[in-house]
Amino acid sequence: MYKLLLCWRYLRTRYIALASIVSVMLGVAVMIIVNSVMQGFTSEMQNRIHGIISDVVFEAKSLDGFPNAEWHEERIRQVVGDQIAGMTPIVSVPAMLYYQWRNTTMACQVQLVGIDEKTQSQVSDFSRYLQHAANRQAASFKLRDGGYDVRDHQAGPEAPERVQMQDAGWPHRRKMAELNAWQARMDAARRPAASSPAPPAVARSPLSQKSSAPAGKLGAGGSAPAPQVDPFAGHPVAAGSKAGSDFDPAKEQYTGVVLGIAMVSCRSSDGQEWFRALPGDDVTLATATVAQPPKLTSDKFTIVDLYESKMSEYDANFVFMPIGKLQELRCMYNPTTGVRNVNAIAIKVKPGVNIDEVRDKLQKAFDPDGYFYSVSTWRDKQGPLLAAVRMETAILNILLFLIIAVAGFGILAIFYMIVVEKTRDIGILKSLGASRSGVMGIFLSYGLSLGLVGSGVGLAAGLLFVRYINQIAKLLGWITGRPVFDPKIYYFYKIPAVVVPTTVAWIVAGALCIAVAASILPARRAAKLHPVEALRYE
Amino acid sequence: MNKSPRYNNANMFWSTGVPPATEKAGETPALHWKPREGDRSMVSANARSARELIPPKNGSVPGGYQISTVDLYKSYRKGAVEVPVLCGLTLGVRQGEFLAVVGQSGSGKSTLLHLLGTLDAPDRGQIHYDGRRIDKLPAAARDHLRNRQFGMIFQFYHLLPELTTLENVLAPLMISHGVLSYLRHRGEHRARAEALLATVGLGHRLKHRPRELSGGEMQRAAIARALIAQPDLLLADEPTGNLDQHTGQEIIKILRTLNRQQNLTIVMVTHDRAIADQADRMVRLANGRIEARDER
Ligand SMILES: Nc1ncnc2c1ncn2[C@@H]1O[C@H](COP(=O)(O)OP(=O)(O)O)[C@@H](O)[C@H]1O
Ligand SMILES: [Mg+2]
Repeated sequence: MYKLLLCWRYLRTRYIALASIVSVMLGVAVMIIVNSVMQGFTSEMQNRIHGIISDVVFEAKSLDGFPNAEWHEERIRQVVGDQIAGMTPIVSVPAMLYYQWRNTTMACQVQLVGIDEKTQSQVSDFSRYLQHAANRQAASFKLRDGGYDVRDHQAGPEAPERVQMQDAGWPHRRKMAELNAWQARMDAARRPAASSPAPPAVARSPLSQKSSAPAGKLGAGGSAPAPQVDPFAGHPVAAGSKAGSDFDPAKEQYTGVVLGIAMVSCRSSDGQEWFRALPGDDVTLATATVAQPPKLTSDKFTIVDLYESKMSEYDANFVFMPIGKLQELRCMYNPTTGVRNVNAIAIKVKPGVNIDEVRDKLQKAFDPDGYFYSVSTWRDKQGPLLAAVRMETAILNILLFLIIAVAGFGILAIFYMIVVEKTRDIGILKSLGASRSGVMGIFLSYGLSLGLVGSGVGLAAGLLFVRYINQIAKLLGWITGRPVFDPKIYYFYKIPAVVVPTTVAWIVAGALCIAVAASILPARRAAKLHPVEALRYE
Repeated sequence: MNKSPRYNNANMFWSTGVPPATEKAGETPALHWKPREGDRSMVSANARSARELIPPKNGSVPGGYQISTVDLYKSYRKGAVEVPVLCGLTLGVRQGEFLAVVGQSGSGKSTLLHLLGTLDAPDRGQIHYDGRRIDKLPAAARDHLRNRQFGMIFQFYHLLPELTTLENVLAPLMISHGVLSYLRHRGEHRARAEALLATVGLGHRLKHRPRELSGGEMQRAAIARALIAQPDLLLADEPTGNLDQHTGQEIIKILRTLNRQQNLTIVMVTHDRAIADQADRMVRLANGRIEARDER
């Protein structure tokens, strides 16, 4: 009883000891915040990676793929049919993307993914990340007649409007067609015929073949002036210009493609997004055929939607197009036999199924040595990234825990002082019959209660901070004049934070352990004090 | 629970035997708070288990003394030099006796009292209490003795500065009881401590911290604390050493009354003859032993 009473009184009368636990408090708070944010990022990332990649990917080692996806699917069904919820074939190949932006041709390297839009949504979250509500319901490679999201549907109401998206779709396409036709007429009027080598309008019109354009046309669209920014939007221009004879860009589209949003967008520091290309614009894609020697092949496509998974790696790399079209483009389609090659089959398993087991079964059934096929789970695919994040979290935790350990030495020093100060009182207690363990208990429970106060306040502060992390980030940005969480860099509007109760419990328990451990030495010293020496102490 | 017979008894006693706290100044307070014969046997189970560590009485009490020392030696080591303090000290105190030990400063009075109170161990010699040898007891048994059998008063009062007067008086009970059993008997304990403080004339200073009390008041609080566990033996180390003569006399009067009315054995050391004169018996400590058996 006296232990608790004295411990309470020491707690109340010695504020210097409370100073020593401020660092415990800060350590606990910072650890909770860092872990929550890291966990938030990790789980956000994992969810997205998982959603994009699907559960298990069965793929060919060669870029040429394997023939006859139907046969493989049948075989997969035989092996693990009862565990599978869906499958879809995929063709995936590196490619170059070209598009016009303010009189220049933008080029970037992309991963071209041929998908079957009917079955794709069974295995992955592909359609969930599209910008048109109808496409999210059922993905389609047909250009929509407007209605694209003006506000990021994955963000809350705080996301700034994407004003350019207002007329994405057919309205934008018609406007651009008019503009291009007008530009062509202007050019034609300004320069007499045959004076320049290749007037852009002329160069553009032959591109109108709908399929399998021959290679070597890449530079064709190079100099076409196409200012796609809206200043021209209001200008009345002559309608119904017919640039090409058999293809009317105002009424027809090329094969649709879905572009990763990061390829064509950029964000200003206020979070406003600007697009260099919109659904309705045309792009050129170039890749290699599967033949030996490979030939360059390219074609024109129309952007029908933008893909925003908020994983910058994917948003800046993926271009989706219909699988059949890509197979034809790459000559993966044998017109005589009708057999088509695919690169991979993405598999979605039923809930609760162990995906590692499915992977191992498939690998064993098809190709135990792994010469031609490789089967991997989404975790395997992003293993290095996830491992890196885990590593980072672990190192941060170790460093931050050292803060608390340093706080432990502070407690140790201050406790030693208090024991010295209380030498006489310890003698008194012993003369009244207090045992060694009782005296030790006073200081241990004192250490424990300091730890409790410190980690309790730290816990509350940490949780509050996590709860209001976005407001705090905004405030800090406002004070320092520089955004803490720059939306230019991150594709999230908010800092994701997930509080894992077990982690928090470990942090608090660790802080308590350190506080108690730091008080063991002074407490032992107090217990060992000789009562007579202590009583004579003045 | 197992404490209850004793406490019920004490409680009944309190309800009937406590003098009114409002006493006229100068009157000697009636200190008839001590439990009657037989109460001592009603100790708690855990107290009994601690008591078992104390060796049983072997035959009769040596010389009929309540506490006695035989040929005690104690020296302090200061570096290589050994400073002998007690050299063959033999002393016996009977039950109910008020003994004063006088000696010059530095003659070893405090050392003797610490040895009697088992706060320190002698180099050689024996100490007997109630017929049992107590100088070589294990720590738990010594703690128990100090807590239940001995009350101690010091020259510098030695109150705990963080606790109020009342809590200081209750400290021995807090030490002997666990949290739950203390809380269960809190009311009784409080009543007893308040009554005890009233009898030493501190009934109006319950909530004061030691630093808000005068020397005399602190010593009264220390006496109340020494008495709360109903000890058999009171060890007082210069209880008046830091007080003016008048206050010192009051303290002695309280001790005197305790001794007379409750038959409480008191061993008091002092260097002040005038104070020592009021004891039943006075011995002189010099050169590490008792020089004069009885000076009266
Ligand atoms: N811890 C110690 N170390 C060395 N000498 C000590 C110690 N404690 C007491 N002494 C010496 O023992 C002698 C007796 O001390 P003490 O019992 O306090 O005397 P008294 O109480 O009679 O004044 C003194 O000379 C003192 O210096
Ligand atoms: Mg002394």
